[in-house]
Amino acid sequence: MDVKFINPFITATLNVLKTMAATEAKVGKLYLKSGKKSTGDVTGLIGLAGSGKKGSFAVSFKESCIKKIVSNMLGEEVAELNGDVLDAVGELTNMISGGARATLAELGIDFDMAIPTIISGTGHELAHITDYPIVVVPFKTEAGEFFVEACLK
Amino acid sequence: MIDMNMKVLIVDDFATMRKIIRGIMKKLGFANIEEADDGSTALPKLKSDNFDFVISDWNMPTMNGLEFLKAIRSDDDLKGLPFLMVTAEAKKENIVEAVKSGANNYIVKPFTEEILQKKLEDIFK
Repeated sequence: MDVKFINPFITATLNVLKTMAATEAKVGKLYLKSGKKSTGDVTGLIGLAGSGKKGSFAVSFKESCIKKIVSNMLGEEVAELNGDVLDAVGELTNMISGGARATLAELGIDFDMAIPTIISGTGHELAHITDYPIVVVPFKTEAGEFFVEACLK
Repeated sequence: MIDMNMKVLIVDDFATMRKIIRGIMKKLGFANIEEADDGSTALPKLKSDNFDFVISDWNMPTMNGLEFLKAIRSDDDLKGLPFLMVTAEAKKENIVEAVKSGANNYIVKPFTEEILQKKLEDIFK
């Protein structure tokens, strides 16, 4: 996958977390994923389709990281991976996808709207839409790690 | 001048976003707020009660925000209702489509309290 397709997801992720959750994140080194197991404890997964391309995007959070992010978003302490957290992961995935899709549209790749799926549980598996290579972008925050995965055919 | 007692309906399929918008609106002084999780559940609320303002997401599973907006604008009793689209759909064509369909203003998520306040002032000036 061309790096120009992953950059909009990185930019959108940083922007969403900074704006909605007052969270700064540091981008790590990209790598190719092996296997289907998630990189985090709770994941938002969304399909990408349009302009003759298809794929999927996921953002997967370690528990400590997402609890802090959601606490910041809601302005109240979140102590466990509850329904509020799962819902917030869906909205975060939605916002990151929207931002990335707008940038990709300017590059001539027009993906349709979609609604994310939320999956949780340590070691849960992610079913990306195609069997193409999955690029993983690791991020670090003060409260822990999260990962963006993108797969595009 | 904005009526701080106006009745506001917040529509979004994600409870997190409804909570965030409600929190900002309360902070700005609006106390008369209700919620719905889809255009399909919001429309009957609008028909049965007297709302003064709608804040709606676009991407919702049963009746999306654009369909909801068009339903409002084609209803004789609701067509004048001020409508703010707050959505992750950031493509220029989406913004144009929403405004052409009758949205009074448009916010792209993510957004700050200041942006929401400015858009409210622009709608109700």
